[in-house]
Amino acid sequence: MLLKQRTILPGFNLSLGFTLAYLGLIILIPLGALILKTFEMSASQFLGILSAPRTVAAFRLTFGAAAVGASLNLVFGLLIAWVLVRYDFAGKKWIDSLVDLPFALPTAVAGIALTAAYAPNGWLGQHFAALGIKTAFSPLGVTIALTFIGLPFVVRTVEPVLQDLEAEVEEAAASLGANRWQTFSRVIFPTLVPALLTGFALAFARAVGEYGSVVFISGNMPMKTEIVPLLIMTKLEQYDYHGAVAIAVGMLIVSFMLLLFINLLQWWSRRKA
Amino acid sequence: MVEPAKSLSGDKTMAGGVTSKLALKRRSSAAGRVIGEPAVIRWLLIGAALTYLGLFLFVPLGVIFVTAFQKGAAFYLASLTEPDALAALRLTLLAAAIAVPLNLVFGIAASWAIAKFDFHGKNFLLTLIDLPFSVSPVVSGLVFVLLFGAQGLWGPWLREHDIKIIFAVPGIVLATMFVTFPFVARELIPLMQSQGNEEEEAAIMLGANGFQMFWRVTLPNIKWGLLYGVILCNARAMGEFGAVSVVSGHIRGLTNTLPLHVEILYNEYNFVGAFAVSSLLVFLAFVTLGVKSFIEWRFGNQLAESEGS
Repeated sequence: MLLKQRTILPGFNLSLGFTLAYLGLIILIPLGALILKTFEMSASQFLGILSAPRTVAAFRLTFGAAAVGASLNLVFGLLIAWVLVRYDFAGKKWIDSLVDLPFALPTAVAGIALTAAYAPNGWLGQHFAALGIKTAFSPLGVTIALTFIGLPFVVRTVEPVLQDLEAEVEEAAASLGANRWQTFSRVIFPTLVPALLTGFALAFARAVGEYGSVVFISGNMPMKTEIVPLLIMTKLEQYDYHGAVAIAVGMLIVSFMLLLFINLLQWWSRRKA
Repeated sequence: MVEPAKSLSGDKTMAGGVTSKLALKRRSSAAGRVIGEPAVIRWLLIGAALTYLGLFLFVPLGVIFVTAFQKGAAFYLASLTEPDALAALRLTLLAAAIAVPLNLVFGIAASWAIAKFDFHGKNFLLTLIDLPFSVSPVVSGLVFVLLFGAQGLWGPWLREHDIKIIFAVPGIVLATMFVTFPFVARELIPLMQSQGNEEEEAAIMLGANGFQMFWRVTLPNIKWGLLYGVILCNARAMGEFGAVSVVSGHIRGLTNTLPLHVEILYNEYNFVGAFAVSSLLVFLAFVTLGVKSFIEWRFGNQLAESEGS
């Protein structure tokens, strides 16, 4: 018997049975095919694909741009959360709702909108071009797209913590002679650290796998602006299944390590709280 | 990883939630004089936050609408009503109409089993349900090609029986189901866990059968969380690009969803058409955000804390 205790509630077998069957059909069997295909390869073949210069360049760009984007969102996400929780200004409710736009907007739409805005003749791109900075169709363009896609995470993890912060703690700090900056850096900031790290990791993980918003703005030049998901796509279009599978598995391993890290972080922050 | 939901959990009753929020507001405004920032700093911070949002959200959003109407309203309408666009719209609606209800049923079943019962391997099951969130959309499409593609595991068998899944509608539906799989379950599990078992147990002891218990007790308790999950699931189903792109084959009028149609128009340098069709999807995003904000504002205390993973 799977159940740990007796209960009078009905439907355990039915609901768990359906859950497992559906999970198996939609998620586990398809992912199993990926693993099966991986074991068709020899270890040297697998490692050879992953260590090819083009693959390494794609991994470096994807993880580098995702890290820069998530870092930008770490700083500005905290700022946005702070402003939305602490201050009153016109249109605040609207802006608060719009922060979630990257979740709700289809990535392809985000991709072409960012490309149009940051292209050399675009609304924003022309100002950067005047300064000699190439935004779209460069690694910077990839970073812009990955920043967009990770924008809501830090805001949404930090906001509830800031809301729950007791005003008394800050008043105590102030009455003990701390100035505003000391109160922030020594009292408020440390309580935000777990939420900030969680938001950062979520934004980073999301950005690593992102495809739709990046393909338009990146220009997709191999070795220069080609991200990992696009490389998988390219291998697939050339019917190089093994190449696609090896790179996909390499990426999955990294994603799972990230997921583990996020769960550890949340466990740690729950224990602290 | 689920999209972090902003919610004000804690208080079980509406009235409790409202008073505690009011109390919080009163206190913070009184304390504001002691611990707030000077006006200059305040406006500088607001300005910096808005500039950042402007660069990444508002300007790109503005570009969509300005470009969509660049050639006038007639061209805009023509872009939306041409046969390929209508076919793409139909396929998008069809994929969502299959994927969302199935994932809704799955979400209710999974959350019932996980939240109301204690069994071995529960945490492992939770991790498995989260899997699609940590898989790149492109990989989500790739796994179905490996199963059903011409050189896939079951490819030869499918060809013998003349069944097409990849580069056809079933593949698109499957890929959509895969990427939207956890949304409803992820919203309902913490919500049902926070509500406990007492109400359902009372219903059963008073003689209700399983269906009556679910319909009269469980469903009314979870309906806002359910709607919240469904609206997020639907937005992803209609907007999915990467996974669908891998399995679609981009056959105009047959296997193009709206996001894929946008890509084709854009790659053909029909920018105005691409943005016109995009504006439909932006409208969908706005409706999603509107309903989401409304549920958070009105029923936030009935939603479960589901920030983070």
